[in-house]
Amino acid sequence: MHELSIAYNLVEIAVETAEQNHLQKVDVLHVKIGVLSGVVKEALEFSYDIAAQGTPIEGAKLVVHEVPLKIFCPNCQKMHVLKKPIPLVCPECRQRTGEIVEGKEIELYSLEGGDVLEPSD
Amino acid sequence: MYLSQAIKQPRIVKIRENVLKKNDMLARELRKRFQENGVYVVNLVSSPGSGKTTLLTEVLTRLSNKYKTAALVGDLATENDAERLEKSGALVHQITTGTVCHLEAQMIEASLKQWNLAEIDFLFIENVGNLVCPSSYDLGENIRAVLFSTTEGEDKPEKYPTIVNSADVAIITKIDLADAVEFDKERFYESIYKSRPEMKIFEVSAKKDEGIDEWIDFLIKEKNLLGGQSIN
Repeated sequence: MHELSIAYNLVEIAVETAEQNHLQKVDVLHVKIGVLSGVVKEALEFSYDIAAQGTPIEGAKLVVHEVPLKIFCPNCQKMHVLKKPIPLVCPECRQRTGEIVEGKEIELYSLEGGDVLEPSD
Repeated sequence: MYLSQAIKQPRIVKIRENVLKKNDMLARELRKRFQENGVYVVNLVSSPGSGKTTLLTEVLTRLSNKYKTAALVGDLATENDAERLEKSGALVHQITTGTVCHLEAQMIEASLKQWNLAEIDFLFIENVGNLVCPSSYDLGENIRAVLFSTTEGEDKPEKYPTIVNSADVAIITKIDLADAVEFDKERFYESIYKSRPEMKIFEVSAKKDEGIDEWIDFLIKEKNLLGGQSIN
């Protein structure tokens, strides 16, 4: 289960970004996880709660957006979204392709938050 | 401070950042250092028991006649693998990860401090036996090889598409047992191609000396193609 290690990295980046952008409170973290990223959504959610404990973003909600596999077919010269991560085959012409456009990402996409009612200074 | 700023105003900050950027940045630095010092690096990933250490012992023994070799071995506990590998004459260091199920670039960097990279031609990193977690971590290697043994069954690659997709070559180990366990080779190749079309596949047996030289020749050729010139 490497999701805990990923969760710690995720929290670290979120805390840094919140500080740089003067977000006093973070409500939601939006994360994109590709189906071929090797990350299990449930394990990441579980790990995130542990990693966020005691940090400035503790209590913020983690929203995981799963990204399906998108391939480029050299034969059709088109991109296609695959319903399943394998086989890596063009759904139209059945050509095999290793050209993955999307679906491997482990990405912190955005933060939702704002200022608290009483400024800290 | 203005009153309007003191009131909670929800907003969205776009980040779009790779969560493992720290690891990736470190891996890039390592790759550069390896290249500058002429070290060719192989990352071996597989399930526990597929024969990484047995194959590696054989490969190191043969390579050590002509090249300076080193191995970093990842395991949760014990130094048994390192002891087995040391017989080959290579420099060997065990990384005991405790509970961590994969190797990260930072562990590689810390382990390299004891060696002079300029004196090493080939470095093999034997990852923790695991077909899931190591796929996400770049270690600065030149090539990632995923191993499957004939005893694991021919459809195993499609059960772990992420690691297969992240690898550059596949190796079938214990090929001498293929007939005994009724290993369907064609089916195995098909299973690999589902997540990595056209992937190069080696068939080896460390016990019966099959395919080892072919694998070694491939690595030497790849290393020579890269040369020792620096990249920026």
